[in-house]
Amino acid sequence: MSQTIATPPTVRLDSDVVGKPISRPEGPAKVSGAAKYAAEFSVTGPLWYGYVVSSPIAKGKITKIYADEVLAIPGVQQVFSHENVPSLAWFDRAYKDDVAPGGSPFRPLHEPEIMFSQQPVALVVADTFELARYAASVLRIDYDVAEFNTNLEVAAPKAFDAPKGKTGFVPPPKPKGDVEQAYADAPHKVAGEYVHHAQHHNPMEMFGTTVDWLGDGKKMKIYDKTQGAPNVQQYIAKIFGLSKEEARIISKFTGGGFGSGLRPQYQVFMAVLAALELEHSVRVVMDRSQMFSMGHRPHTVQDIRLASDDQGYLQAMEHNALAETSQFEDETETVVNWSGILYKVPNSQFDYKLTKIDVNTPADMRAPGAATGSFAIESAIDELSYKAGRDPLDFRLLNYTYTDPTENKPFSSKRLDDCYHEGAKRFGWDQRNPEPRSMRDENGLLVGWGVAAGCWDASMQKAAAKAVLAADGHLTVSSATNDQGAGTYVIMTQMAAQTLGLPLAQVTFELGDTEMPEAPVQGGSWTANSVGAAVKDACQAVGKKLLKLAQKMDDSPLAGVDFEDVQFADGHIRANEDISRSVAIADILAASGEAKIEAEGKAGPNPINMLKYSMHSHNAVFVEVKVDEDLGTIHVTRVVDAVAAGRIMNPKTARSQVLGGVVWGIGMALMEEAYLNNDLGRYVNHNYAEYHIPVNADIKKIDVIFVEEEDDIASPIGVKGVGEIGMLGVAAAVANAVYHATGKRVRELPLTIDKLL
Amino acid sequence: MSLHFIQEPLDKAAPHVVPTQAVTLNVNGEDHTIQIAPWTSLLDALREYLDLTGTKKGCDHGQCGACTVLVDGKRINSCLALATVYQGKKIETIEGLGAEDNLSPLQQAFVDHDAFQCGYCTPGQICSAQGLINEGRCKTEDEVREHMSGNLCRCGAYTNILSAVMEVLHDGQVVVDNGTLVTIPAQPTQSSSVN
Amino acid sequence: MNSFTLTQATAADEAVRDYAGHEHAAYLGGGTNLVDLMKYNLERPSHLTSLGLLPLTDITSLPDGGLRLGALATNADTAWHPEVEKRYPLLSQTILAGATPQLRNAATNGGNLNQRTRCYYFYDLAAPCNKREPGTGCSALTGPNRVCGVLGTSESCIATNPSDMCVALAALEATVRVQGPNGERTIKFDDYHRLPGDHPEKDNTLEPGELVTAIDLPAEGYADHFTYLKLRDRSSYAFALVSVAVGLKMNGNTIEKARFALGGVAHKPWRDQEAEKMLEGQTASPDLFRKVAAKVFAEAKGYGEGSLHNSFKIELGKRAIVRALKQATEMKYEVNPNVFLNSNP
Repeated sequence: MSQTIATPPTVRLDSDVVGKPISRPEGPAKVSGAAKYAAEFSVTGPLWYGYVVSSPIAKGKITKIYADEVLAIPGVQQVFSHENVPSLAWFDRAYKDDVAPGGSPFRPLHEPEIMFSQQPVALVVADTFELARYAASVLRIDYDVAEFNTNLEVAAPKAFDAPKGKTGFVPPPKPKGDVEQAYADAPHKVAGEYVHHAQHHNPMEMFGTTVDWLGDGKKMKIYDKTQGAPNVQQYIAKIFGLSKEEARIISKFTGGGFGSGLRPQYQVFMAVLAALELEHSVRVVMDRSQMFSMGHRPHTVQDIRLASDDQGYLQAMEHNALAETSQFEDETETVVNWSGILYKVPNSQFDYKLTKIDVNTPADMRAPGAATGSFAIESAIDELSYKAGRDPLDFRLLNYTYTDPTENKPFSSKRLDDCYHEGAKRFGWDQRNPEPRSMRDENGLLVGWGVAAGCWDASMQKAAAKAVLAADGHLTVSSATNDQGAGTYVIMTQMAAQTLGLPLAQVTFELGDTEMPEAPVQGGSWTANSVGAAVKDACQAVGKKLLKLAQKMDDSPLAGVDFEDVQFADGHIRANEDISRSVAIADILAASGEAKIEAEGKAGPNPINMLKYSMHSHNAVFVEVKVDEDLGTIHVTRVVDAVAAGRIMNPKTARSQVLGGVVWGIGMALMEEAYLNNDLGRYVNHNYAEYHIPVNADIKKIDVIFVEEEDDIASPIGVKGVGEIGMLGVAAAVANAVYHATGKRVRELPLTIDKLL
Repeated sequence: MSLHFIQEPLDKAAPHVVPTQAVTLNVNGEDHTIQIAPWTSLLDALREYLDLTGTKKGCDHGQCGACTVLVDGKRINSCLALATVYQGKKIETIEGLGAEDNLSPLQQAFVDHDAFQCGYCTPGQICSAQGLINEGRCKTEDEVREHMSGNLCRCGAYTNILSAVMEVLHDGQVVVDNGTLVTIPAQPTQSSSVN
Repeated sequence: MNSFTLTQATAADEAVRDYAGHEHAAYLGGGTNLVDLMKYNLERPSHLTSLGLLPLTDITSLPDGGLRLGALATNADTAWHPEVEKRYPLLSQTILAGATPQLRNAATNGGNLNQRTRCYYFYDLAAPCNKREPGTGCSALTGPNRVCGVLGTSESCIATNPSDMCVALAALEATVRVQGPNGERTIKFDDYHRLPGDHPEKDNTLEPGELVTAIDLPAEGYADHFTYLKLRDRSSYAFALVSVAVGLKMNGNTIEKARFALGGVAHKPWRDQEAEKMLEGQTASPDLFRKVAAKVFAEAKGYGEGSLHNSFKIELGKRAIVRALKQATEMKYEVNPNVFLNSNP
């Protein structure tokens, strides 16, 4: 499928950087505390602080707000609530952000109705943070409480087919064959219900916004924590009727997001509202409990039936999912489709439904839908492999598919088989005793080895970038994209340096400012691909201008050479056919007399390729657990995550992404759950002490393998993205390893101590 | 049903605010005098009054470690410390350990090992690791894992954090399984600021 | 957090007077619990008497062979004190099993005794809680209550004491020294914390204005046979679901003296002296341990089934006792003096 291109002779030196393990250029700023996050920017005048008041009830209506009492406290500037918010955009459409699901978005402080517990109901603004926090704590509010339901099971009878409309959502695949008959006839079958509960993103940086009121009309610099400054800008501009110049969003560093920052969060609305009304600089930061008020991985119940013939070939697959959503929006994820993409099976059917409960709208959370679906299908496949008497890895290879069965398309590339083989080799899978409960360590603990696979979309969004080459030879490339830790800064710097053949030290990449060319929110693992291609395009456009200027030079050695026939390396433009025909970029700049050379570039999806090919990244995960059976404790002692995700732009930061994904998978497997109290309609462990995410001591040895994969179909730069793929399969591999260790199959996450007693 | 949620009964004491007073904090070797009331945490004093925003607020409740600073060489959570009672103590923050263009060995090791992603927990991790080194109790990987568990990292950079800390802890040496140190030959190591 | 005044006392009697001289006063030790509670508006003192300058940080030997732990010595300094490590390794290990290095560096011994429950509802102003606001009801009886207790509970409260250190202090039969407006007194550790009964708002038996000045350990430290087993939802930095502190005196395979206490299961560190007696003079055996465990949980009451509810703690607690006694008798694993590494060595 991949074509061979004649490789031009290259003498690339330090500019041959794509694919190299380069350290992040912003690293020194991050490790020294110099990197500024949203709530850390200084403003021109004095700064006031806003503190959000959250609803203690899940449903009802505010009947009275005793704002006067706190306004009497010296230093309290204002209390904002539905009672005094000025009339803003009339239609709720204005509140729709770029990645909003279907339905009617929540409008903060718009009306007295309460639709979910912890709904923001007021903002108290005061001279200092401490005073705002105090005043918010003594603001009395009366509520009329209405009956509510937060229990998915109670709402299950009202389930409905998940509607289309949200970016990235793919409805379940069409049925094939006759699942009922095939299941009935098959010798080996499993049926199970797989459950996980609400999980919260909990990035380390709490959502915060600092609005610098510039005192020039309504012009503001809005420093916001987000995964996409342009998305916040269009949201704020529409709601408040502002121009793009007035609502400039800046987001240089984002202290983690994992999906929670895809949609604009309410603190940015609050901060802008207060700044506009008070004509003053304002900072609003959520507290950690409020970080549980803004979307979560939805509680989902999945039913799976699988059957195979005597040899282990899959005959029937049914995968149904039911997920929660809010009363006002339909958050949709692609949950069941992955099962159909991963395995070849003649009879299959899929279903994905939502049901409404009185919670805030769930939100995309790292590998949304796929993390959910992969836990279920990869557990079920494991179960069936035992029934069929096959090794779980062999069983997967037996049912391997080289085309995407759900769309009957070839994959643009798929090296999952190599992930299995290389992962198994590194892990030592051939040493595995297939019998459950057969392996123990030197201390007598039960040892279990499990495997699971995952896949994720390799997708591309529209993105733009700008490249400016200054007369001193320094290249600055910019795009209003984001770096929540994914490595955008470093890989874009590499891409730009490589394209124009410049040393890394001569290249700066800037992001996170709406004055830069537009880029999509950072999610879906599409940034490296989309923005990377735009950066390359912009740099190539600069390169073309440079070549023209070089050809205008007296006795230009590059006279008459086409752009396609030159290379940029080591600070020079050279003719491919004869690299001695070369001009230094510094000389071109000097000769041209131009102060700078700049160009914009863009990239977007290729609709023809999308029609013809199925484009995905894949992984295979191998996990070792040790179980103390008497006490129910599980420790993940070893993980190998083998990933095929196209071209790896930076193995150092890509490895970090996969390591992080594994840690997320371990968290999902062993400890993460927001405890919903259905009497209170509220998550009760809304803090870092009781909502457990893994700590350092939970993480032992993790090996990451990147399987080389060439793919010029999924992406013009060969990249598929690694933000989500590393997490997939991990939770299932842990559960499968626990089964292998103990003979006990747990189908409900997380696998806490009590579930093994 | 009508419910009346009062987050604090106002009848207990009419809302009043204790006046601020001058408080002098010694941070990174320099005295700074700020006007604060007793309710200002050391974390907020650093971030909001001294513009030392390298110390991070991840939870404000001692549940994440992002706010870790060193007081008289020992690591503590600055969010649970009232600034006023830390007068006269030697407070060291990430800004005091090293600057962007003059990184400490730990800071450099974090960059080299890619021991962070979003970077938000990182100053706390580094201050905590410096505290761990100062304590002089931990040698092995398991010990370091446990003693770095007071610092959450949601990006999941633990593997690389461990590598970075181990490198500096043993100044380029490694610990083998039985706990003894083995020098890696011909490895140029920077002198460590461990004290 | 509400507004408050603050005085830094320099001596215990000065602190007691300062406290008595203010309405709604509270003592501030390391602040790791009080400041947290104040930020959640769960504690709302209008005055703090700061104890940071009090000369109560020493750890000193007592004439009877015991050890006195200053109330203001930090948890870290206590755990790593040479005398504690040598003579009371159970206490050292137990302290290291709790919280984090940062918290242990600030938290004081006196403060550790007085830390409040981590029950979800105590911590959430939107939820009824008899401990926080007497008479409002107990949300934990029916709601998710994984952190709550199964022993000595009442219909008004099923909260647990979250301390690790106190579990060891209970097993070690420590004595708490306090100073108050009416002078000094001592409280046996078993009597220091109380069961919820009808007054769950009261965690302990301190009188208003009383200040913990020291914790006295008796001479017997069980340094040859001890264990602290802590079971929790992640490997570190989590409160115990169930924990067991054991100290034994052995003669061969015969248990001469046995003391043990449980954490995570009750409103106070849970000791059962009858169960301890069942062990004494007996040969250590799994069967004996199972009988002892069954005795401890004979009257236990769980509050609901499933992961979010705490009935599982009854079975888990029994197994934890059996394992902890086994570990303490055998002492097969190597004790790491630096760190509490694993709940199941």
